[in-house]
Amino acid sequence: MIAKSMQRNGLILAGFAVVATLLVMLTAKLTAEPIAREQQRELLQVLNQLLPAEVHDNDLYASCRLVEHSALAKQPTPLYLATRDGKPTAAAVEVIAPNGYSGAIRLLVAINWDGTVAGVRTLEHKETPGLGDKIEIRKSAWITSFDGMTVNGNDDNRWAVKRDGGVFDSFTGATITPRAVVQATARAVQTFQAERDNWAALPANCGGAEA
Amino acid sequence: MSYRDITWQGLWENNPALVQLLGLCPLLAVTATVTNALGLGLATLLVLIGSNITVSLVRDFVPKEIRIPVFVMVIATYVTVIQLLMNAYVYGLYQSLGIFIPLIVTNCAIIGRAEAFASKNPWQRAAFDGLMMGLGFTLVLLVLGAIREVIGNGTLFDGANLLLGDWAAALRIELFSVDYPLLLAILPPGAFIAMGFIIALKNIIDQRRAERASKPVKEVTRARVTSQ
Repeated sequence: MIAKSMQRNGLILAGFAVVATLLVMLTAKLTAEPIAREQQRELLQVLNQLLPAEVHDNDLYASCRLVEHSALAKQPTPLYLATRDGKPTAAAVEVIAPNGYSGAIRLLVAINWDGTVAGVRTLEHKETPGLGDKIEIRKSAWITSFDGMTVNGNDDNRWAVKRDGGVFDSFTGATITPRAVVQATARAVQTFQAERDNWAALPANCGGAEA
Repeated sequence: MSYRDITWQGLWENNPALVQLLGLCPLLAVTATVTNALGLGLATLLVLIGSNITVSLVRDFVPKEIRIPVFVMVIATYVTVIQLLMNAYVYGLYQSLGIFIPLIVTNCAIIGRAEAFASKNPWQRAAFDGLMMGLGFTLVLLVLGAIREVIGNGTLFDGANLLLGDWAAALRIELFSVDYPLLLAILPPGAFIAMGFIIALKNIIDQRRAERASKPVKEVTRARVTSQ
């Protein structure tokens, strides 16, 4: 009696689980392509904001290459190389700031070939809404305060939030978030200054170059 | 239950946020501004209607003993599918509402309505109940969001353009300018305190109404006393 109803209920539950899983799988499969397209469009939009048409004449998305450096991220991270008449003019590299207030912050840092920052954008973060999320360009212009700056040597003490003696504002109630972003950006610029020629010589092997 | 009753239950008498106290986690987490409150409210409303209809339609095939896991599966599937579809086809809206969508799964108001109403009623009524409960939830979110945004930031509808499109940037009202946002109002403790005041206010209104309604009743009891 009990065994029978257990069997029946188990089967019904399994039936629902199968239908639910199928539905999610089907939707995931159907939406995978449009989602990838939207994300690519989003990335391109950010890339074009940071590296305007004047500085390059190549297809940024097709210039993607994976670079590996412990100062940027643990895993290899994509770098987009801007070239004009075949000469590199700037690059945008993805950097992970591992020390955000709630987890890692993914940044895209665009750097001109002379080592000055062309612009920084936050790609992904989980910081506190209303406090730490001012690192998004749509919430605050703070992220543009890096534009035009460069790092001089290894102990450039301007590259810190004001509370730590640097030149960058921190947000009221949130110091950890901007501190993490400032440090990650500084690391990206320093690494770029040391590695830019090696990076430019790498073959394109990710993003639009993959297909 | 008549449609009028369902409306009254959802918006006031049995309001999911103020009376059932369900869905407090997303409610307290995202009501720092009116815009966020509206976003979460709309997303919850849609999922609530959808899950109520689905639960009501499958209610005859689900034995009582396993109804809860089945409802959980229905809701989780619903939310996941909606999230994927929004991500693929309304990317702009997804970026504004995206963070709220996983939060909806944690909203026990939805499984609460599935269990308490949708599993016992035909789908039309279940859909209407979802609409009214969703509206009741959204209204509380809006009030809470408005209180916290005004006290914390001195603004209303800040960032509405991220949710509603560029025209909504004109909705932003700056009541007074603050150099430093009042952190208490923006952080979750402020949400708890404001929520407490809203519930107290509702209880006062209910009490007044009960007092007014009970006046004639008092005479009736007196009549009974003399008859003893």
